[in-house]
Amino acid sequence: MKLTDLTHRAGEWLRGEGPMHDVVISSRIRLARNLAGMPFLARCSDQQKKELEGRLRDEILAAAIAREMLYIDIAAAGELDRQLLVERHLISRQHADAKHPRGVAVSGSETIAIMVNEEDHLRIQVLRSGLQLADAIGEINRIDDLLEERLPFAFHGRYGYLTACPTNVGTGLRVSVMLHLPALKMSGQIEKAFRAARDMHLAIRGLFGEGTEAQGDFFQVSNQTTLGKSEEQIIDEFLNVMVPQFIEYERKARQSLVRKRAIAIDDKISRAMALLRSARLISSEETMYLLSLVRMGVDLGRIKGIELKTINEMFLMSQPAHLQRAAGHEMSPLQRGELRADYLRRMIDGAK
Amino acid sequence: MKQKCDKCDKPAVVHTTDIIGGQKIEKHLCEDCASGEGITIKAGAEITQLLEDFVLQTSRGQESADLKCGVCGMTWADFGQHGLLGCPNDYDRFERPLRPLLARAHEGATQHIGKTPCRAGADQKVQTAILRLRAELNAAIAAEDYEKAARLRDRIKNLEHP
Repeated sequence: MKLTDLTHRAGEWLRGEGPMHDVVISSRIRLARNLAGMPFLARCSDQQKKELEGRLRDEILAAAIAREMLYIDIAAAGELDRQLLVERHLISRQHADAKHPRGVAVSGSETIAIMVNEEDHLRIQVLRSGLQLADAIGEINRIDDLLEERLPFAFHGRYGYLTACPTNVGTGLRVSVMLHLPALKMSGQIEKAFRAARDMHLAIRGLFGEGTEAQGDFFQVSNQTTLGKSEEQIIDEFLNVMVPQFIEYERKARQSLVRKRAIAIDDKISRAMALLRSARLISSEETMYLLSLVRMGVDLGRIKGIELKTINEMFLMSQPAHLQRAAGHEMSPLQRGELRADYLRRMIDGAK
Repeated sequence: MKQKCDKCDKPAVVHTTDIIGGQKIEKHLCEDCASGEGITIKAGAEITQLLEDFVLQTSRGQESADLKCGVCGMTWADFGQHGLLGCPNDYDRFERPLRPLLARAHEGATQHIGKTPCRAGADQKVQTAILRLRAELNAAIAAEDYEKAARLRDRIKNLEHP
């Protein structure tokens, strides 16, 4: 398996299925782990970082975590490939932009991605389509156990798994879901929902995680507390209390929009379709905005003939690095805008 | 009339309600007193920023600022600047100022109750000893004392695989 194999298809977790897929695009769980007897990365010498990267790469590959596992040396990868991995949510922007020896191991289906030498020595991530956290926690536990047979993790009797940042200590567990909340945003209720979320100790972020702005009505919601609760408890609260509230708010807002402003909604959705069908130059931001409307239109049955899977794929493939990878060369923003418009038109017409 | 700060006479701009152990605790604070409690009013401020503010406050004019880890060399003030710790030993070395910070970040909790490694072989004393040896190893390499470096590597290996 090679990195280029990833370019032409969408990852398993974007297939637009799974429970609650009308609102929940995907679920992600990550565990932060560090090796015992090693400084955290901030205090590692260059030599130690190199040593760590080599050792972790070898052990991950030897642990037989998935049938197919691709390891990518990020320090040696080109700018475009690093960007591609960010667009696919397999690595963070910080990981792409860092300078030290680092890497990521990705399973064939892209449902597992293990970052090496990010903020912690290991960041194990499991991704799923829709709301599937129970399944994801089982999987990540299995991977953690496999790695633990080979690697001594830094663990403290009182504070649990030790992490570089004290906000991750304890379980090292971060659960997040990517939500599509167009109706809450349109009806001006989104700030209220976010305030409620913060009161429940949740963090709200943009599409690409920490430090990013929300784009096109997509938001990442995750737990803040990692200490003093068991893994099961964290997942339970998230799955049974917090996320269902968001889903319910959004669904209600969508229904109320259709009930009270059907013609205005249909107008927005139809205009979005018309633009996607006839634009000759289009930016990623505008694409994100239009696809968000189309996605809601499909969910509400206002548009027929397009599958959510196709829309999810369009989100992914119309991003800058994906376009350039597919074209096989680097392009200026103007060239990308033209290619993006061509691609979107083909997809929309083909879907009819 | 506007509500006054709980702690001084300035107008309250921060209103928080915490439920701790089933008890509702309301606070109304002015900006200064709020920041004194480690509460920031920046909308959507990242938790790391919150931590940094808190660390800066605890280190200002107190002995905490001079706390230094003998294993990795990190000081409490360094931590305040970057929000990242230097090595596992820091959790013990900085325990006093760190514990209230953990409580703030984790809904009051300071004790892990989740998963433990199946092979809890990570005896902490041994791990700290390894960390110290690694620091010595770095120094030996920097001083180009390769004989010493080789000896240190052997000792680390022996501790890691007894």
